[in-house]
Amino acid sequence: MVEGITGFTALYIFMLAAFTGYEIISRVPVLLHTPLMSGSNFVHGIVVVGAMIALGSADGFVEQLIGFVAVVLAAGNAAGGYVVTERTLEMFKKSKGGDK
Amino acid sequence: MFINICYFLTAILFILGLKKMSSPTTAAGGIRWAGYGMILATIVTFFHGHISGHESAVTNYILIFLALGIGGGLSWYSGKKVKTTDLPQMIALYNGMGGGAAAAIAAVELLKMGTIKDSLKPAKEAMGEIAKTDIGKQLIEQSQAAIDHAISGEHLTLGLLGAFIGTIAFSGSIIAWAKLDGRMKKTFEIPKQNLFNLGLFIATILFGILSFYTLSPIALFFFFGLALVFGVTVTTPIGGADMPVIISLFNALTGLAVAFEGFVLGNAAMIIAGTVVGSAGSLLTQLMAKAMNRSLANVLFSGFGTEGGEGAHTSETGGEMKAIDAEDVGVMMAYAEQVIIVPGYGMAVAQAQHKVWELSKLLIDRGVDVKFAIHPVAGRMPGHMNVLLAEAGVPYDVIYDMEDINAEFTNSQVALVIGANDVVNPSAKNDPTSDIYGMPILDVEDSDNVIVIKRGRGVGFSGIENPLFFGDKTKMLFGDGQAMAGELIQAIKQL
Repeated sequence: MVEGITGFTALYIFMLAAFTGYEIISRVPVLLHTPLMSGSNFVHGIVVVGAMIALGSADGFVEQLIGFVAVVLAAGNAAGGYVVTERTLEMFKKSKGGDK
Repeated sequence: MFINICYFLTAILFILGLKKMSSPTTAAGGIRWAGYGMILATIVTFFHGHISGHESAVTNYILIFLALGIGGGLSWYSGKKVKTTDLPQMIALYNGMGGGAAAAIAAVELLKMGTIKDSLKPAKEAMGEIAKTDIGKQLIEQSQAAIDHAISGEHLTLGLLGAFIGTIAFSGSIIAWAKLDGRMKKTFEIPKQNLFNLGLFIATILFGILSFYTLSPIALFFFFGLALVFGVTVTTPIGGADMPVIISLFNALTGLAVAFEGFVLGNAAMIIAGTVVGSAGSLLTQLMAKAMNRSLANVLFSGFGTEGGEGAHTSETGGEMKAIDAEDVGVMMAYAEQVIIVPGYGMAVAQAQHKVWELSKLLIDRGVDVKFAIHPVAGRMPGHMNVLLAEAGVPYDVIYDMEDINAEFTNSQVALVIGANDVVNPSAKNDPTSDIYGMPILDVEDSDNVIVIKRGRGVGFSGIENPLFFGDKTKMLFGDGQAMAGELIQAIKQL
């Protein structure tokens, strides 16, 4: 079922990724909190990959149904997260240009 | 191999993208990098062996395309159309979708594991008498051992844990969305809420343990169902003012759920991206809770802002609200040396931010020093007010955070409070009985005059009375934010 990542390897990945996330955010100005929250919201949209695998390997109606729901939701997460983040950042760009 | 290299690249793009997003000048590029990563990961997943090698690959491919189109299309459209004032609830909604997706993945994988666990049953029956011979027993034992090895305990545990967290984030985020969107006005609090939640939590865990050992669909059904209800009952008692903290928390939880399901699927991109979001989100949640001077536990279990103002505070302050008209305020501001504008969510609801910036520009042209003061929790989520002001074209060098601006109020003649309420409520400083006692506020009362633009005499979003409105220095300019800003512009132009 699963190849490669087991036990302590996973634990190390968890730990390193957790520190990475912490470091990235720790020096962010309040100004960017909304786009950042939206941006991180977009990043966990990577769940779409898992949802595709779940649906793609589904056997039978029930699994297909749940898998289908998973992909719809995950695609919604990714697309919505991206559009909202881009829009908010676009506004910051505009307001910077308006500064005379 | 090729797919894994692409996932690896995606993880790098995500981390670099988020890193770039932490500075205003590179932020727009950052989200694009993350976007490329997402597209790359999505495309290569079509070639994943589990999908292309499946017996009903064609049907499943069609279903995948259909689902991607529906989910992606709807969100793309709604994300483009949403008003900036409504951003927080949309973020909550998209986040909930991610949590739901993680939970659904878990459901599929757990059902699969259940099927595998039971896969020896038909073989055993077919073997009939042979199953009872020594060779038969050995065969079955060895097969079962191989199966149990495939369904490892760690995968099961993390799968169930991710399912639990993802489901809570899903139903909780939907409640948060409904509250912020004004679809759910009331905060429901059933008697002994915390005890009830605790009971529900324990029941969910018990079904989780049952699922762990049996993997029966019925146990899984109850496990998911109870977790769904738990997410709802945890969120409903939380007042509107605390929603940003909750959205941020659910964002972090979804990240974790994604990471756990990534482990179940053996997908490093999901593990890394999910964990990064999980830890970054936890930090962000803490920062927000700290800005409101409250612990996360306090936010979750105290049911803050559930009652609409106690009224008693009004009589304690004793005074009357003193009204003023726009002409007088116009004169006051035009001849001031420094004016500090304190915007709140109410300003954005009235769509007044453009007029307010127009007003500010007029004042700046007259030589007045205009500054915008932003409380950490102004708006409906941290940084929300910055977005709203940016939309109106306000440059960010006139926008100040609370720590930087609070000392400036003593040097300013006018503090113009527009659509803000709790963030300037002095009760937070000097009334220990107040719900918001201890929350840092903007010290508008240090300036010579406080002008409050307010639609009516009611209480704010959190439902707490504000003694500032009755203060000696305070004058109330009653009316719609946009209309009043317009009148102020006229008043100053006529000078």
